[in-house]
Amino acid sequence: MTILLKGGEVVDPAQDLKKKADVLLEKGRVAKLGRIAAQEGWRVVNVSGMYVMPGLIDMHVHLREPGQEYKETIETGSRAAVAGGFTSIACMPNTEPVNDCEAITRYILEKARQANLVNIHPVGAITKGLNGKELAEIGEMVRTGAVAISDDGKPVQNNQIMRRAMEYSRIFDVPVLDHCEDCDLAAHGVMNEGTISTEVGLRGMHAVAEELQVVRDIMLSRLTGTRVHICHISCEEALNAVREAKAKGLRVTCEVAPHHFMLTDENVRTYNPDYRMNPPLRTGRDVEAMISGLADGSIDCIATDHAPHARIDKDLTFEDAANGVIGLETSVPLVWEHLVRKEVISVSRMVELMSLNPSRILGLDRGTLKVGSVADVTVIDPEKEITVDASQFESKARNCPFDGWQLRGAPVLTIVKGRVVWNRLS
Amino acid sequence: MPLSGKNLLGIAGLPVSDIRLILNSARSFREISARAIKKVPTLRGRTVINLFYEPSTRTRSSFEIAAKRLSADSLNFSASSSSVSKGETLIDTALNLQSMRPDIIIIRHKAAGAPHLLAKHCGDCAVINAGDGMHEHPTQALLDALTIEDKKGRLEGLKVSIIGDITHSRVARSNALLLKKMGADVWICGPPTLIPIDFEQYGGTVTYDMLEALSGADVVMMLRTQLERQQEVFYPSVKEYFSLYGLNRKKLSAAKKDVIVMHPGPINRGVEIDPEIADGDLSVILEQVTNGVAVRMAILYLLLGASEEGSK
Repeated sequence: MTILLKGGEVVDPAQDLKKKADVLLEKGRVAKLGRIAAQEGWRVVNVSGMYVMPGLIDMHVHLREPGQEYKETIETGSRAAVAGGFTSIACMPNTEPVNDCEAITRYILEKARQANLVNIHPVGAITKGLNGKELAEIGEMVRTGAVAISDDGKPVQNNQIMRRAMEYSRIFDVPVLDHCEDCDLAAHGVMNEGTISTEVGLRGMHAVAEELQVVRDIMLSRLTGTRVHICHISCEEALNAVREAKAKGLRVTCEVAPHHFMLTDENVRTYNPDYRMNPPLRTGRDVEAMISGLADGSIDCIATDHAPHARIDKDLTFEDAANGVIGLETSVPLVWEHLVRKEVISVSRMVELMSLNPSRILGLDRGTLKVGSVADVTVIDPEKEITVDASQFESKARNCPFDGWQLRGAPVLTIVKGRVVWNRLS
Repeated sequence: MPLSGKNLLGIAGLPVSDIRLILNSARSFREISARAIKKVPTLRGRTVINLFYEPSTRTRSSFEIAAKRLSADSLNFSASSSSVSKGETLIDTALNLQSMRPDIIIIRHKAAGAPHLLAKHCGDCAVINAGDGMHEHPTQALLDALTIEDKKGRLEGLKVSIIGDITHSRVARSNALLLKKMGADVWICGPPTLIPIDFEQYGGTVTYDMLEALSGADVVMMLRTQLERQQEVFYPSVKEYFSLYGLNRKKLSAAKKDVIVMHPGPINRGVEIDPEIADGDLSVILEQVTNGVAVRMAILYLLLGASEEGSK
């Protein structure tokens, strides 16, 4: 089907474009941009007053399949993704079994094909079973379709193993995505260590545990020349380290999750486990640092770290509850309301953060609406008012700290490879 | 006059007027325990559940005696002998207990915030925090305040030094909060490895020097050293710990002549306190235990009074 998106504001920083233009999608590709007269047989969609952008990419998602289908499946996660305006997602390898070999990568891609909604890009494990000791079969996973490697959630502690992993990944030029945490220093803390952890009597993990690993990764990137991407950065000092590394020309990038620029550890005073995740919510000062990093370009991407859990994993005391919050269906409205509308970032910058940069980092050949590119498109209605209602999510999970929030600006149309997969245009 | 809240979850949310009310009521309840027949009919027909997820002798017996002396029916529900050991979650336990319509649940739990979670799920039933993780132990702080006020006639302006493992101590947190509210000069002392970040938020002065903490002190509150934490490298050895932060006669001579020595128990003799001091004239450790019953009687009475007011 040929689709003509008519009258929208097209935002595509890859070609330095931000202007009113029609977009023609044909045979799964972007066929034409500009003033286009509708022709017989085309599906014409009026998107005037809306923003038309290259499909958004969330490079940090947990889909839980295989192994923990009671939390989320590839199908429900796919629905949540397209409902949230995402056309591509990268899924982390901490499934059961771990995605550490070709067979599991293949299984995920097959399930993704069956769900047939969003482009799913598996991330392979760095080490077998995330054991931190033996390298996984990275080459075979990459050949099958893995776009990066990571031991997210169980970060490699041994510096020599991490060095070898970085060296080895150079064969395939895939980035190493690292959840940065020195586990000895974090010492099973359940929240940020600081004034609030002292007050509420919960074991803290200090921001230094994150910073230390970020600095290590930067040093190893310098040594090996490997592209390192810091997952869900959350504290000011770690961000400063990334900023300095970039200034030195090192191949280091980073992402931030919406909860880390929207919420602080003061929320933990409620003991509500929906505020528990790792890295934990940090201080107001860290939140301000994240926001300035988003504005000044030192942060490359916004990624949700969508971490679905069933209520049985969360209806517990704070310290017994599982880590993680979901984010696919709230990310765009949060970014729109709190960053774009408040003019912290421009719409073009938002597209860089949520489409162009993740595409470049993962080597996806997406993130733009240039003529000839894959027809992955997200349309955002900047005036659409929503009240977040977790009970209505497409995701199986409900562990959302933003439940009940009122936000303005939401995705209304998601197109993947030229096919409409989500439509809430009135 | 009842307490201002339905529950007693911590000192943090407790107004000074409530603290006063509890201490004053405790003084009148203390007289009951001195009688030959130690029972009054005040809470006849009321049901009190002791829900203890952590081992406790002192606190649990104290609550149980307090309930019995007020003629309430009390039930002990401990982790090892209940469905808790079969994996039932706290919320399920709360819902089940609530269905039996108790008036008060007293909870001790290893997790900070557990009493708050319970309070959210047990309807009209009042909840008393008998110690939650490293967070609070409000009844301990109240009985300590009663003991200090009995001996010193006041709390305001007293130098009170809390010494030992501050990080893992809910007693330290509740006491620091209460004493600050009542105008005492609070000193916090221990090795830096056992004092959490920004403990000064409670308004006290932090020192690593025990003599500075003891100097001119009116009250010395020693905390229990958790020997099971030794492997976590907070200090090199019990011997060195005692030499730096253990209380003996020589160090205590830096305090005021009429200093009182307190300890929430159970004591590790020779680890944090010399037996000579624990059993000596300056020690009020056993009076703390006596006051514990009185304070808990007062709280049970005041909380049930409050719910009665609410139902009218």
